[in-house]
Amino acid sequence: MLELRKDLFADERDDNLNVVGKGIQRQDMPGHVTGLTRYFDDHAFDGMLHLKVVRSPHASARIRSIDVSAAARAPGVKRVLRAADVPVNKNTLLSLINFGKDDEPSLAVDKVHYKGEPVVAIIAETEAQALAARKLVRIDYEPMPAVFDVEEALKPGAPVVNETYPANYFEYHERFDHQKLRFGDVERALAGADMVLEHRYQMSPIEHAPTETNGSIAAPEQNGRFVVHSCAQGLFFALGTAAKIVAVESNRLHFIGGTVGGGFGGKVDSLTEPLAVLGAMVTGRPVRFVLDREEEMLYGSPRGAERIYIKDGLMRDGRIVARQIRSYFDAGAYTRLSSYAAIKCTAHLPGPYWIPNVSSDVHVAYTNRCPSTAMRGFGITAVDFALEVQMDRLAEAAAMDPMEFRLLNAYRDGDMKPHRRKASNTALIECVQVAAEKANWPISEQGKRQSSLAGGGAGERSQIPATVLDARGQIGRPDTRNAGPTQTLPAGTSRIAPSKQPVMEGARDGRAAPTQVPRYEAPPATVAPPTYAAQPAYPPPPPPYQAPPPYQPVAGQQPPPYQPPPAPPSPAPAPATQTQHGAVRFSSVFGRRR
Amino acid sequence: MAKIPVQFRLNGTDRAAFVNAPETLLNTLRRSLGDFAPKYGCGQGACGVCTVLIDGEPHLSCLTLSIACEGRQVETASGMADGPDLHPLQAQFMEHFAAQCGFCTPGMLTSARALLDKNPNPTRDEVIEAISGNICRCTGYEPIVTAILAAAGSPGLRRA
Repeated sequence: MLELRKDLFADERDDNLNVVGKGIQRQDMPGHVTGLTRYFDDHAFDGMLHLKVVRSPHASARIRSIDVSAAARAPGVKRVLRAADVPVNKNTLLSLINFGKDDEPSLAVDKVHYKGEPVVAIIAETEAQALAARKLVRIDYEPMPAVFDVEEALKPGAPVVNETYPANYFEYHERFDHQKLRFGDVERALAGADMVLEHRYQMSPIEHAPTETNGSIAAPEQNGRFVVHSCAQGLFFALGTAAKIVAVESNRLHFIGGTVGGGFGGKVDSLTEPLAVLGAMVTGRPVRFVLDREEEMLYGSPRGAERIYIKDGLMRDGRIVARQIRSYFDAGAYTRLSSYAAIKCTAHLPGPYWIPNVSSDVHVAYTNRCPSTAMRGFGITAVDFALEVQMDRLAEAAAMDPMEFRLLNAYRDGDMKPHRRKASNTALIECVQVAAEKANWPISEQGKRQSSLAGGGAGERSQIPATVLDARGQIGRPDTRNAGPTQTLPAGTSRIAPSKQPVMEGARDGRAAPTQVPRYEAPPATVAPPTYAAQPAYPPPPPPYQAPPPYQPVAGQQPPPYQPPPAPPSPAPAPATQTQHGAVRFSSVFGRRR
Repeated sequence: MAKIPVQFRLNGTDRAAFVNAPETLLNTLRRSLGDFAPKYGCGQGACGVCTVLIDGEPHLSCLTLSIACEGRQVETASGMADGPDLHPLQAQFMEHFAAQCGFCTPGMLTSARALLDKNPNPTRDEVIEAISGNICRCTGYEPIVTAILAAAGSPGLRRA
């Protein structure tokens, strides 16, 4: 039951509030209990068609040919969609905020990168007819090597999962293959510690399993617009994504939603909206695209798996003097939101504890698994599990009570965090005290007297130490994978000037240079793979939809193509053409690095 | 495929529909009769969001054929309120915050109603047993159980 501890931090709180702390009826509750709340599927349309997708049975395969002729002739089938029918068949969710490269097709083009990847979409009069026609699609696959382990994926020579990121890692700031955090001199502190403990932690993917499966209904509206009833958690995100993929102005899409039958992060990927809208456009009729339960559980994107290595330097008196973290986030085959998860993870480290020397490398690795996405604290939940288990192990090693051990190492107001911000509104000590009290866990009198408001920022606790930097993990520079220190930032340095030098130097590990990967273009009709069997003549699509002008890649969606670095310039090259990196919008922690 | 006429009482009103032989009651209710309170969650009888009452007994409408409902009494969450007056279960669900996303709520209410119609004073264990076929993925079982127990004490529960 909810309990407000108004005795804690009483002077920091304004109790003259109208809503907080009071029981207020939710405005959507009457609809929920009367069955009147309308979810996306609770809408009836005359002549509604049903869309189902054919999914890849392979984790990694080349598509030799696709034959949809039998499916297109099957009873009730109105239209079969393939990759070439999708106007902009390459997207990444965060491209809407200019973060990352487009890497994921709506329908696979010539390769599939995970088991369950959509290849062909079938639109039919009834769901049963669409399912029957799905069995008639003939796709000839040539299975290719796959990689399922994050660390295996990052080794030289590993199968390339996603051609947009050919070294199997997300590229941060066009500079590093991971998110970095550096504070103090971890190596020296580890060498001087009484004990060093290193452990590996892992978490599996987790399916959100909402009671309402992912889905949407798109229907033609007046004036060439389309109404879309959607389960999306981010309705305008889904609108922007659908508008981009079907290449229409966003004001031609009218999204209705907000009633999500359980989301938990699993309904931010716009898994169904773009194809439903495209289906409504090409048929001129309402189109419903809903995942069935099996698809939801197997191919609805899960919380990403993570592997985390923590190495801590511990003194006999229980102080943690160094924490070094190496973490791998399993993005699956495509980026979706994993690039953001690693930023959140880095911003969360080293946990709610003051540690004078911290370094972390958080990698986003591509594997031939189902792409992962947001889920309740993604990027943080797994690392918190790892950190807190590690804290218990450290407490045991220091022969201390785990509660007392946390009180000793907790952040207090005024402490300097490794992100070079002062900790404020800290409350771990009070949380531990209340938890111990509730659990009848004995803690010392001294522990009971501790406060987050006292002792923080004393001496070195408020200082930014001299910090050792390295060039580890520079993109295109495999020789920097395990590079040593390159320079030391003087104590007190809170900011470093952004480098004007492009750091990508092309292929040195035998793979295609990241910068040479072409942007997606529709394959020319003359090129052989994938060869489609001749299509039977479709009934002419109804007229209301006016074809939009052909999609033009929007300038600024991508960083400009790589230019060979000039000879070390004395005046910095003009950064004007550099695209402002979207990472700044996520995290003020990283906001000034570029 | 020839359609088959089927008639039953839905929430106290005579309704009729033409259905295909293998059509489920859930589909007929949602697509032919416009009652969207029962939901589709799994189509396999695992989640309980499609629960309806047939002659007072809870049934999974995604596994029930429409043609098997000929002449029977079908009740859904849409028919629980008496005009603007909420059923005590509905009122207590509101009072105890027993819904988050709301998707499982119509099925929960229906299972709870079947229990209270037979057993006006259930124990906590009997309530838990009664809703054991209804999954709430927002994991709000505690307030749901509390709301059902609170409704059991309500006057006017056994309305005709």
